[in-house]
Amino acid sequence: MNLTIREALLAFRRAPLLSALSVTTIAFSLFVVGLFGLVAVNLQDALRGVAERVEIVAYLLPGTPIEPITLATKDIEAFPEVQSATYVSEDSALARARAELVEFRDVLQELERNPLPASIEVKLRPRFRDADHVNDVAERLRGFGFVDDVRFGRDWVEKLDRLRQVAAAVGLVVGAAFAVVAIIIIGTTIRMAVLQRSREIAIMRLVGATNGFIRRPFLLQGAIKGMLGGLVAIGLSYGAYTLINRWLIQASFFSNEQAVAIVGFGTLIGLFGSAASVGRHLRRV
Amino acid sequence: MIKFTNVFKAFPKGGLALKDVSFHIAKGEFVFLTGHSGAGKSTVLKLVYADEPVTSGEVRVSGFNPADLRPRDVPMLRRRLGIVFQDFRLLEDRTAEENVAFALEVTGARRSSIAARVMRVLTQVGLAAKAQAYPRELSGGEQQRVAIARALVNEPSVLLADEPTGNLDERATRGVFQLLRDINASGTAVVMATHDLDLVRQAPYRVIELQEGALVYDSAVDESRDQAATP
Repeated sequence: MNLTIREALLAFRRAPLLSALSVTTIAFSLFVVGLFGLVAVNLQDALRGVAERVEIVAYLLPGTPIEPITLATKDIEAFPEVQSATYVSEDSALARARAELVEFRDVLQELERNPLPASIEVKLRPRFRDADHVNDVAERLRGFGFVDDVRFGRDWVEKLDRLRQVAAAVGLVVGAAFAVVAIIIIGTTIRMAVLQRSREIAIMRLVGATNGFIRRPFLLQGAIKGMLGGLVAIGLSYGAYTLINRWLIQASFFSNEQAVAIVGFGTLIGLFGSAASVGRHLRRV
Repeated sequence: MIKFTNVFKAFPKGGLALKDVSFHIAKGEFVFLTGHSGAGKSTVLKLVYADEPVTSGEVRVSGFNPADLRPRDVPMLRRRLGIVFQDFRLLEDRTAEENVAFALEVTGARRSSIAARVMRVLTQVGLAAKAQAYPRELSGGEQQRVAIARALVNEPSVLLADEPTGNLDERATRGVFQLLRDINASGTAVVMATHDLDLVRQAPYRVIELQEGALVYDSAVDESRDQAATP
């Protein structure tokens, strides 16, 4: 094992240029994947922000006593899809309207009678903020005797759904394409490193090195290159993110898990890329 | 030690590299393998170190039958052989010492024992003073000595040398040949492929001659027959 590590590190020292080149290639391939990842992450964030506003409002019949409403609110909050259910009385609806609809302040001031109905405002948990669940919950709210009408902006929720599906599909396809390109480029780079040492591999075999002995340093070296490439890619992505944040829009960066995933992806490509190249080479000679 | 029985070897693209070759090399023997380029000398050696499979017939090398070896066992066979080539085949980015040590490292030898064993063989080939030199800093003859040291460090019972003096000038050739003779004198069998007939004439060793893949002369067999034929 010891020897494997030494041989792997020696290879970096003996061919510093080629090693640096492979790490750079890996880094930039992963950087492209990372940039795309950043776009995807921020798009997700934006969509989540929009979905935050998905809300169902159940308007109540005038004159409904408060007790059944309180009970119903508790029931509604117990729905698995529901995050919160808030009772808004007629008075507070009017107060809110006065505060929010400044243009109509005069009209609202002169009212003799409050025209606004009381309501229960229902917010759904994040993963239930789609058309199907919203419809479902709205339907159940209609079941309460004192509910007059239920509103939730059906068109809007359905459009949001479509947008999410398109974003997910595009993300998957483009992301997969970028990942495949990265894998091919990185695989080629590593193959070059193996071919560059093919004479050495032939000599190792002549003096009785087992395939495993020859392979192990290459695997370790490939993994190290992939990992370094991944780390550099994260660094580059962070640089890009900082620039975007300063000059363009407020964006968010990868979570720690996502950053680790990118580095891990690089490490795995490095490892398996080396395994494939060396394996092919060892079978041939 | 090395026994060929009716060995045929076909070229991948047709034609025969070896035709019905049979011989037996005993422990401790020194044998010249001669013939023109393309006569099949290197092919014989490749069959011995299991670089290529026989087409038909049988090869046995110190108890192994290379044809029966699983690919993963081939390295075990090679560790019992020392192999030297015309082009030295040293690792360019390692010193003489590291090149020799490498052949021990691959066997999983204890690290503590490696340095001493390496120095011993480098001394044996007369290169102890240049242990730290890289191949490019050494002359052809010196590089071949490093290669021989590498071949010897695992204490093989046979040393295979494929045109070991082919790239050397006359002086270096004499030196390397003398070294091979010394190695043989200490008990290691040496099979040396060469087309340098001057060398062959210098020494009283057995000669096996190949011509277009066929064994046309084996001094061990033919001389005893000649002697038997002489009244």
